[in-house]
Amino acid sequence: MQFFYYLALARRSFLRHRVLTLLMVVAIALGIGTSMTTLTVLHVLSADPLPGKSERIYSVQVDANPRSPGQEPDPQLTRYDAEALLAARRAQRQALMAGGATALQPERPDLRPFYADARYTSADFFAMFDVPFARGGAWSAADDEARARVAVISKELEEKLFGAGQDMGQRVRLEQHDFVVVGVLEHWRPAPRFYDLAQGAFEQSEQVFLPFSTSNELQLGISGNISCWGDPGPDPRALAASCSWVQFWAQLDSRQQAAAYRDFLLSYAEEQRRAGRFTQPADVQLRNVTEWLDFRRAVPSDVRLQVWLALGFLVVCLLDTVGLLLAKFLRRSPEIGVRRALGASRRAIFTQFLVEAGLVGLVGGVLGLGLAWLGLWAVRQQPVQYAPLAELDPTMLALSLALTLASSVLAGILPAWRAGQIAPALQLKSQ
Amino acid sequence: MISIQGVSKLYRTELVQTHALRALDLEVRAGEFLAVTGPSGSGKTTLLNVVGLLEDFSAGEYRLDGVDIQTLNDDARSRLRNQKIGFIFQSFNLIADLNLYDNVDVPLRYRGLPRAERRRRIEGALERVGLGSRMKHYPGELSGGQQQRAAIARAVAGEPPLLLADEPTGNLDSQMAREVLEILEQLNAQGVTLVIVTHDSEIAARAQRNVHIVDGMASELEPAAALLRRSSQDPSHTT
Repeated sequence: MQFFYYLALARRSFLRHRVLTLLMVVAIALGIGTSMTTLTVLHVLSADPLPGKSERIYSVQVDANPRSPGQEPDPQLTRYDAEALLAARRAQRQALMAGGATALQPERPDLRPFYADARYTSADFFAMFDVPFARGGAWSAADDEARARVAVISKELEEKLFGAGQDMGQRVRLEQHDFVVVGVLEHWRPAPRFYDLAQGAFEQSEQVFLPFSTSNELQLGISGNISCWGDPGPDPRALAASCSWVQFWAQLDSRQQAAAYRDFLLSYAEEQRRAGRFTQPADVQLRNVTEWLDFRRAVPSDVRLQVWLALGFLVVCLLDTVGLLLAKFLRRSPEIGVRRALGASRRAIFTQFLVEAGLVGLVGGVLGLGLAWLGLWAVRQQPVQYAPLAELDPTMLALSLALTLASSVLAGILPAWRAGQIAPALQLKSQ
Repeated sequence: MISIQGVSKLYRTELVQTHALRALDLEVRAGEFLAVTGPSGSGKTTLLNVVGLLEDFSAGEYRLDGVDIQTLNDDARSRLRNQKIGFIFQSFNLIADLNLYDNVDVPLRYRGLPRAERRRRIEGALERVGLGSRMKHYPGELSGGQQQRAAIARAVAGEPPLLLADEPTGNLDSQMAREVLEILEQLNAQGVTLVIVTHDSEIAARAQRNVHIVDGMASELEPAAALLRRSSQDPSHTT
């Protein structure tokens, strides 16, 4: 019951000191608004793209490229090594992959040919990355080996080409070759797009997925980084070319499996060195998704800087609020003296003023949430890859409320404590 | 009601230490009307603050209604102050932001009384001092006498057995002062113990007992003698 009494007193105090209260509310709102905007951007950019699985999915680095001792291995593999590791099947699941862009010729007469982003990969890609299917499913390992003309397409592409909800078995024509659609994906956009950061950490997922083997046979266009050394030959995609351009991922469900796989990679590298393909001592890297994103600095550094600046601004706003609250509370010393004389303990005075500070913080926080919403809207208007992702989700909403509560309590503790320490006798006599 | 033995109060600064009370003894029985007089700076208000649990004392023993004050923490002292003591001040000390109803409500809130009980007591107290029709008025809308009557209503709403008043008529004209004094005497007649710090010879004369304080030391005077003594002094301010 006392709590509601304190709330009523706080409301009365707000009405009496409107300008001062407004200043405090605005200070907290600005601090919360800027902090939540930048924290939300950081949150969506550093989110776990494979919740519950990211610790078990590993990026594999086995570098054939000669380099100085201690230098980080190339993040991509040669086609030779990638296909060798795939054939070895030493992980629970494994997939090799490369990005591409293919010319797509729609059957519909009203649609002109267009380029579609493609991913050339192997069968385990879908199960390993928990890619959701709307209909149909992935192709098989046998399709990989047979270089089958099969495709998995995105739901958006299906709707564009055929309309929604078609049966499987439709055909798509890519660079003069027909592919049978075996699966249609639900909307899928891992952020960051961990499996190929070189093509943009926050780009949309591809529209077409094809077997890696088929893409090589048909010489479908690839995109992304290619790093060559020595004499790579005329075709960097050739099996023997000394060029790294293929990403390789493996699913290893336990630490023991990861350790065993690392041993396997070392022995493979050593074997290649003995065979004369590798010139340096065996050096491999195995990083799970979290480590990989950290290593590749998937989150832009300026976003982290912005968060620190915004948190600094929040601290300044809170200090400002502490000062204003102190001034406001101490100006009410005579009232505090009277309340103490009439039976209020120090604790009661402290609580009363903490409630008032909390209410300032709450109002400021709600206003700050509105500012954060505006700030995120502004971020979405920016020409950056991650712009569409800048949305306030339930987690960030909960964090906002927690930050608001913590901020207002922190800002209120010192002034409320000082109010509780006021000597009543002095105040009563001096009025 | 009040049992003070050997109570001293020492104020210390870096350079000076001042004895506001020196080994003071005072016994006040329930239902008594006691006037505390003395020159400015003699320690009258300090005594009232100590009795009212608003200030600690440096040495001695103080029992209020049998409770040893020194054994109590701030919460317990505040609770005891709320239950046992009503305060009336020279400058009324009403809270300007609150109307009379809410002002009188303040001690009852800290008592934790239910809403209906608070309403009954507030309305009863304000009726008793003749302000039943002014409950929604703010202090700034009232005369000095009305404000002091409202302060009395606030002091008695919790039905404390002890009323402490510090120059309750000091800011009032003689007519209003008489009205306020009559109310206080009525309360005393109903059994409320009344301790008034005053320079007002009329109040001192009407008290059952007079305690005169000089340099923090108390001596008991007969009311008439006190009247004579104070008439030869220059009344100014309490300490």
